[in-house]
Amino acid sequence: MSVAQLVPLIILLPLIGALINGILGKKLPKAVVGAIATGVMALSFGLALVVFSQLDKAVEIDLFTMLDTESFSLHARLLADNLSVWMTLIVTGVGTLIHLFSMGYMKHDAGYYKFFVYLNLFIFAMLILVLGSNYFMLFFGWEGVGICSYLLIGFWYGDFKNTVAARKAFIMNRVGDLGLLIGLFLLLFNFGTLEYSELSAAIIGSKVDLSTVLCGITLCLFIGATGKSAQIPLFTWLPDAMAGPTPVSALIHAATMVTAGIFLVVRSNYMFELAPMTQDIMLYIGLATSIVAAFIAMRQNDIKKVLAYSTVSQLGMLFVALGMGAYTAAMFHVTTHAFFKALLFLGSGSVIHAMSDEQDIRQMGGLRKKIPVTHITFLIGTLAISGFPLLSGFYSKDEIIAHAFTHGTWLYVALMASAALTAIYMFRLYFVTFHGSFRGTHEQEHHLHEGPPSMTLPLIVLAILSVFGGILNLPGIWLHNMAHWMSHHFEHNVAGLNLIKHTAPEGNLALMLMIAASVMSLAILVVCYLVYGKKNSIPVADAQLKGWEKWSAGKLYFDELYNFLFVRPTEWLSEKGSHYFESMFLHRSVVGVGQLIGKSGDLVRKWQTGRTDSYILWMVLGLIGLVVYFLIYKYY
Amino acid sequence: MSTELIIATVLGGLTIGSALMVVLSHHPVRSVLYLIVTFFLITANYVLMNAQFIAIVNIIVYAGAIMVLFLFVLMLLNLSKEDEPRSSLFMKVAAALAGGVLFLVLFAALKDAAIFAPQLATPHDESMGLVKNLGHLLFTKYVLPFEISSILFIAAMVGAVLLAKRDKQIIE
Amino acid sequence: MVLATIFESGVGIKFYMLLATALFVIGAFGVIYRKNAIILLMCIELMLNAANLLLVAFSTYFGKADGQLFVFFIMVVAAAEATVGLSILVLVFRNARSVDIRLFNKLKD
Repeated sequence: MSVAQLVPLIILLPLIGALINGILGKKLPKAVVGAIATGVMALSFGLALVVFSQLDKAVEIDLFTMLDTESFSLHARLLADNLSVWMTLIVTGVGTLIHLFSMGYMKHDAGYYKFFVYLNLFIFAMLILVLGSNYFMLFFGWEGVGICSYLLIGFWYGDFKNTVAARKAFIMNRVGDLGLLIGLFLLLFNFGTLEYSELSAAIIGSKVDLSTVLCGITLCLFIGATGKSAQIPLFTWLPDAMAGPTPVSALIHAATMVTAGIFLVVRSNYMFELAPMTQDIMLYIGLATSIVAAFIAMRQNDIKKVLAYSTVSQLGMLFVALGMGAYTAAMFHVTTHAFFKALLFLGSGSVIHAMSDEQDIRQMGGLRKKIPVTHITFLIGTLAISGFPLLSGFYSKDEIIAHAFTHGTWLYVALMASAALTAIYMFRLYFVTFHGSFRGTHEQEHHLHEGPPSMTLPLIVLAILSVFGGILNLPGIWLHNMAHWMSHHFEHNVAGLNLIKHTAPEGNLALMLMIAASVMSLAILVVCYLVYGKKNSIPVADAQLKGWEKWSAGKLYFDELYNFLFVRPTEWLSEKGSHYFESMFLHRSVVGVGQLIGKSGDLVRKWQTGRTDSYILWMVLGLIGLVVYFLIYKYY
Repeated sequence: MSTELIIATVLGGLTIGSALMVVLSHHPVRSVLYLIVTFFLITANYVLMNAQFIAIVNIIVYAGAIMVLFLFVLMLLNLSKEDEPRSSLFMKVAAALAGGVLFLVLFAALKDAAIFAPQLATPHDESMGLVKNLGHLLFTKYVLPFEISSILFIAAMVGAVLLAKRDKQIIE
Repeated sequence: MVLATIFESGVGIKFYMLLATALFVIGAFGVIYRKNAIILLMCIELMLNAANLLLVAFSTYFGKADGQLFVFFIMVVAAAEATVGLSILVLVFRNARSVDIRLFNKLKD
């Protein structure tokens, strides 16, 4: 089968899975539901691999025309080029593993089938997002994943806190979406089309100076990316989104949805290259986000919250990369990040499952002997994210840092600082959770056990990928032929990327940078082992924190600030509006109409006297009226 | 002023006068009697207009049968002067006003009805109102209404008899 | 001696229009004004007669006998209506002991 036939099938399979489970899921046994959902995912991944192997030139697949007017037209069209197919591979591949994990993790949940329906729907929307050939399809998928994210974060809606978190995520996303929408309108207004191919043809090599227009457009697109990819100021939803089940956090908030913003920028690379102002803004915001999130993560005690802030921090680093124009380096880091972050989240899910739903690391400790598989894989994930030499994270992070070095030394220092903080909090998390002695209750200790194979198998697979994933884009120091495979892969047929020749430093400089990063990472590992592992130090209770620790644990009080600035005024306004407008005005006018009818009815009722003589009088008057009417009619 | 005009005017005036007395009289029996007089005067009008059959029928049916019926009922109910109900001043004024307006309006509606005058050159048939001609028309053109009116009579008779029966017999 | 037609002798149709309308209005006034049910029925008869008069006038004016025939039918209907009306009145009188129409207000509710 050709690419053109396979790609729509790849998108449809999760939808079919969702429909089957949605309609029949309640009556089917749990194993069947999980098997269907994971099966369609595996099938999609297989087909994606086939497409990947077959793809050479970019393929556009026309589905149908949605709108065809004089000024513009909207088509449902798919674009299969190396970028979209690679994203598809990540989404379906990691997605399959997470579906498999969910089969074990969500086994005892009553809404089992609903969970898989939502998951499949999410994959469907995400695939439309990455495989669309125009910004409208992207937007459609964008909104779709937003909705599925809302449904999944608030999955356990019995607890009101979860719905609040889901609502917060959705509203913040919506704010970003407004920026995206305005960007789309500006694109349409200035270029008359939303198709990637037409826009790249119009913008690349255009003689007209488009910088102001493109600055505006890219700024709006970046605002959209800020919402979806949790950058300052729209990032507080992501830690709160940890209220959802752990597979959701792994899939949506580590591997796929949050990378949609990155994908958007990479897709629009030629626009951003011509808008240097936006690139600078992206860089600064990304950098600030990276450092702020890493700082907050230092003193968080919920295992998932640490990972959430870690995600925000890594996304910040990705935006720094994009701000420098290192698009392929960013995609490399997206790939490796998907591997080890999903691994870390699934691992934390395994830990939570073992600890009977406890998430506070202060209650954990010494778990490495009790849950060995989880321990080893979690360790691998931690090493990968901290840039331990030769693991995947090391290569991808190093490429970005190398780019930063050529961009400016101050940026290099700042990124190294962020990387250092990352290593610190991750190792803290690891040592406190798995080393030392157990601090939980006796019941939890009693129940400690490794999960079923459906949970451990994805962990192992992801661990392997986290170790060897660096092969995809090795620097040129060794294996010259295979070097930078991914960069070349993307530059092959993705519009715009083939023109950007932003290369990282090679040779001795690259080697020195790598050694510096490795040394830092190893040093932090040793220090953290001494502080957290050996000394068996428990994080102190919140009340006893002082100084910077207090600020870190308090999440730099961003939530409180937003609450004061936005939430409380809105609630005040809605309360006043409800009182004045609704109860006093609307309610009275609506009820007033009813009362008016009643009163006029009372009035008219008096006419029915029942007395013959008044009836006769009215009949005569009516007769007069009738004759007068006809007279007038006759004469005029 | 031709004789006919004088006669017609006098007759008309008398008719209106007696009609007014019907309405305004306080005593019910007097009202009935005035109405009989009115009917006779209207019959005279019919005679003036050469409608002999109608004139005779008017006397027989209206003055002879219907008015006698009214008198019978009046005597049966044995009403006297003090039983006569009075109505409020408001109603009197309202009624008079309504009546006056109705008069004007109806006249305004009717006054252009006969715009074209019939040709006086062709002599009218004097014998138009005679029984023979009317009967001929009745039994050819209007035979269906004639038959149906007989059904109407039967219905009225049966209705009247049924209605006036004593309650005791109905209960039995 | 009966004249040929009265309309050839100077009496206009307008005269009879006026007369008939006046009689009709007097009858209508009486219907509104009088409270005795029997007088009410009588006034209705007066109105019918006014209509009859006008019909006959027009019949003579246009020279067609149809008008007079219609008068015939109106009389038929008037007779039937007076009969039935009076019998109803008698019945009501038996119950209400009075013929004041202001007492007959059961149509109110």
